[in-house]
Amino acid sequence: MNTYEPVIGLEIHVELKTKSGMFCGCPADHFAKEPNTATCPVCLGLPGALPVPNKKAVEWTIMLGLALGSEISEVSKFDRKHYFYPDLPKGYQISQYDQPLCRGGMIATSFGDVRIHRVHLEEDTGKLQHATVDGKKVTLVDFNRSGVPLVEIVTEADIKSSEQAKEFLKKLHQIVRFLGISDADMEKGSMRLEPNISLRKAGEKGLPNYKVEVKNINSFRFAAMAIEYEIKRHALLLDNGTTPTQETRGWDEAKNATVSQRTKEEAADYRYFPEPDIPPMRFTGAYIENIRTHMPQLPDAYKAEVKAKYGLNDNQANVLSEDFGKMKLFSGTVSLPAVQEATISGPAVANWIINKVPDASSVSPAHVAEQIIQSKQVTHVDDSVLIAAIDAVLSENPKAVADYKAGKEQSKMFLYGTVLKRLAGKGDKQKVMDLLTGKL
Amino acid sequence: MKLNHLTVKDAITKLKKKEFSHAELYKDLHDAIAEKNSLYNIYLSLDAEAVSKADALLDTPLAGIPIAVKDNFLTTVLPTTASSFVLKGFRPPFDSTATKKLQKAGSVVIGKTNMDAWAHGSSTETSDFGPTKNPRNPEYLPGGSSGGSAAAIAANLTIGAIGSETAGSIRQPASWCGVVGLKPTYGRVSRYGVIAMASSTDSPGPIGKTVEDCAIMLTHMAGHDRYDGTTLPRPVPDYTKALTKGVKGMKMGICYMDHPNIKGTDLDTAILKAAKVFEEMGARVDMIPMSRDGKKGTILAPDYAIGVYTVVQRSEVSSNLARYDGVRYGADRSVFAHEAKNRIMLGTFTLSKGYADKYYVRAQQVRSLYRKNFEDLFSTYDVLLSSPTPGYALPSGASNGDPLFGELQDMLVEPSSLVGNTGISVPCWRNPETNLFLGLNIMGDQWQEEKILQAAAAYEQATDWNEWAK
Repeated sequence: MNTYEPVIGLEIHVELKTKSGMFCGCPADHFAKEPNTATCPVCLGLPGALPVPNKKAVEWTIMLGLALGSEISEVSKFDRKHYFYPDLPKGYQISQYDQPLCRGGMIATSFGDVRIHRVHLEEDTGKLQHATVDGKKVTLVDFNRSGVPLVEIVTEADIKSSEQAKEFLKKLHQIVRFLGISDADMEKGSMRLEPNISLRKAGEKGLPNYKVEVKNINSFRFAAMAIEYEIKRHALLLDNGTTPTQETRGWDEAKNATVSQRTKEEAADYRYFPEPDIPPMRFTGAYIENIRTHMPQLPDAYKAEVKAKYGLNDNQANVLSEDFGKMKLFSGTVSLPAVQEATISGPAVANWIINKVPDASSVSPAHVAEQIIQSKQVTHVDDSVLIAAIDAVLSENPKAVADYKAGKEQSKMFLYGTVLKRLAGKGDKQKVMDLLTGKL
Repeated sequence: MKLNHLTVKDAITKLKKKEFSHAELYKDLHDAIAEKNSLYNIYLSLDAEAVSKADALLDTPLAGIPIAVKDNFLTTVLPTTASSFVLKGFRPPFDSTATKKLQKAGSVVIGKTNMDAWAHGSSTETSDFGPTKNPRNPEYLPGGSSGGSAAAIAANLTIGAIGSETAGSIRQPASWCGVVGLKPTYGRVSRYGVIAMASSTDSPGPIGKTVEDCAIMLTHMAGHDRYDGTTLPRPVPDYTKALTKGVKGMKMGICYMDHPNIKGTDLDTAILKAAKVFEEMGARVDMIPMSRDGKKGTILAPDYAIGVYTVVQRSEVSSNLARYDGVRYGADRSVFAHEAKNRIMLGTFTLSKGYADKYYVRAQQVRSLYRKNFEDLFSTYDVLLSSPTPGYALPSGASNGDPLFGELQDMLVEPSSLVGNTGISVPCWRNPETNLFLGLNIMGDQWQEEKILQAAAAYEQATDWNEWAK
C-alpha cells in the first residue's frame, strides 16, 4: 500500500453577465428563454456573418485578472479553436490560444496558495437537448447560449485535496460575484467546474504521466466529491500497478460516481490560428489602470472593512461575504438613519440578517431595520406588566405550581411558556424567567 | 446605341435628364440578357422585379441603375450560393453591407453572377453551376473568381457590377474580359455579409466599364462598418474627384516585367508601352528590379507569394468552410466539389499540430517580409505598375486538373494582396486575332485608392483601349 499525493488543477468557466453577446448584439442572458429566440446571424454562424468583440467582456476579464493578481497582456488576440460538434455552429469556437488576456495570479487558501495559470475570454456554445419528437429520438440544438461571453480560469496543479479545491472555488466564486461580472449561478450553469486529477507517490516531484479531467460539474460539493472519488479510484489502480487511463469523465449525481465519457490518447488537435476577423487588441497602461481604479471592493477588503467599521467578528464577516445578497442587505440596513438613531449595533444587524433572513433577495433593508427596531422595542415592557402576567398565570395553574414545588422541573418551563404566550411575544424573555423563578 | 451599353456615369446622367426611362433601360438590358446569358452562363439568378424598384430611385445618387452582384454577397432578394451546391437555394436573412450601401445609394441588384465555387479559383470553371465564358471570345476563360461579374460588364449585360478579391479575383477577370476592376485596401469595404473565402485578404470591390464607374461604385460601397471589426473609421472621399488630377510629377515603378515568365511577351511590351504613356504625361517612371531578398529599391520576387498565399488561404478556407457541417443548410460535406475538398484538406494539414509551425507560421513570416518590401517601395513611389496576370486569358478547360492554376495566374497580385494593398486593372492591350485583352495593374499603398484612380483615369483618357471611355 503506497501513500499518494493528489495533484489537482482546476478549469473554471464563468459566463459574464454583459448585456450583449461576446461577438454580437444578442442578449447574453439566455436562461430559461424559448429555444433559439435569442439568436442572430453572428451567433448562428451564418455565411457572411462576422464577430465584433464585446468591449465590456474584455474589460471585465481584465478586471478579474487584476483581482487575481494576474499580469495583463499588453497585446492579446482571439484565435479559432476547431472541432466539429452540433452545438458549435461555425465549426470553431472563438477563444484565445497563446496570448490570453491575463497570465499568472494567485488565490490564497488555508491549505496554501493556488497559482493561476491564465485567464482568457471565449464564446459559449449552443446547448444540445435530447428529446422525442413524433416518437423519434432526436437531438435538438438551442443556440440561445451560443456566443455568450465565457471566461476560462485555469489554475496551476497546486491543489492537494478536495477541501482545498472547494475553498479555492468558493473564494473565486466570491471574487467573481464581488466584481459583479457574473451571477456565477451554478444551477443555471453560469459557473462550471472541471477538476483535473492525478496522483503521484508521496515525496515525488513533477507532474504524473496521466491526468483525468472531470467535466462540467455544477456544484462545489460535487466537485469535492468527484475529486475524492477520483483520488480513491486512482489509488486503487496504482496500487495494482496500473496507470489510470488519461480520459475525460463526468459526475453522475445518481450514482455518486464519476463515469468515463471519452478517452483521448493524445491531446486533441484544435488547429488553432489567429482569428482573422478580429484585429489584435492592444491595451495601454492607462486603460488597465482605469479598470483597476474602477474595480469594486474585493472580499478580503470587505471583511476587513466590516470588522473595523462595524465591529463584526470573523465569523459574521465571513458568513456575510459568502452571500452576496446578505452582504448587500447588511450594508443597506446598517447605513439607514433609523438604525443609527435606534443605536442598533453592526453585530446586531449582522446577526439578525445571518439568523433570521433565509432569503436576502425577498426583503429590503428598510424592512429588516423595522423588524430589528420592533424587536428591540418590545424589550422595554414595564416590569409591572411582566409581574402581573406571571401572577395571573401562577394563580390560574395551581397544579403546575404544586408539581414544580414537588420537584418536577418541567412544570417551570410550562409556566414560563404560558407567561410568554400571555405577553404575546413582548418583553425580555430572560427577565420573565428571572422574575418567574423568584416568584416560585 | 442600346441602353445596356451605357456606363454607370452616363446612365445616371441620362436617367436624371429624362432622356429615357428606367423601363427603357431595363428593357434593353433584359433583351440582351435573354439573348446572351445562355451563351455565356453569367447570371445564376435574376430579379424580375428590378425595374419596378428602379422607378422610385431617380433622385438618389445612383438613380436606379442596375448592378450585377457576385453570388457570394448575401442578398435577401435573391438566393446566395457562392456557386456551390452546398448552398443551393439558400436565401439569406440579411443583406451584405456592401450591397445594402449600394442599394441605399440608389442602385438595384439585377442579378447574381457566377463565380468559382466559394471563390476558389481564377477561371469560373469550378462553379457547380457550370463555367462562364469570356464574352470577348467564348473559347476562352473569363478568369475568376469574379468571372461572372466581369463577363456581365464585358457583354453589356449590366451597367455596373461588384466582385470580391483575395488575390486577383477582381483584377484578373477584369483584365481577361477587357474591363476595369478595382481591389480596394483590405478593410476599406466591409466584408459583412460576403461569404468568407480567406478572411484576412477578402476585399469586395467594383467592376465596371470605366475607371470613373469604379470610382462611383467604390464611393458608395466603402466605409467603416460596425459589423466588420477589420474596417477602419476613415472618411470616404468622393473618389470621382481624384479622376481629373492627372499624373504630372507622380513617381511610378514598373514591377515584375523582368520575371523570366514575362520578359519578352506581349505583356512586357504592353506594360512598357503604358509606362511611356505615363512618362509622356509628366510622370517619372523607374524600372524596379526584382530580387530574391527584397532589399531596398528592389521588389521581392512574387514566386514566394504563391506558397505563402496558398498556405494562408487554404488554412483560412478550411476554417471558414467548417460551418457547412451537414447539420444546417441541408447538404452534407460530400456535396463540396473537388476544389473545395482539396483546399479543406490542405488547409487542415497546414494548421495541424506539428505542421502549423512549418507552414502557417512560416507563411506569416514571409508575409511580413512582403509588407516591409512594399512599405519601402511606397516610401519612394506613388504607384507601382504591373499586370494582374502573366498573360492573356487561357482557353476553356485550362484550369482542369491543375490544383495551383489560380495561384499561378494570380502570382503577380498575390504579394500586394497578402499585405492588403489596393490596385486597379485597366485594359492596356488587345490582341486583334483573338480579341483578348491584357490589363495594366496600377497598385497603390494601403488607403491610396485616390492615387490609383487618378493614374488609371489619366491612362484611360490618353489611350484607346477602353471602348466605353471613348
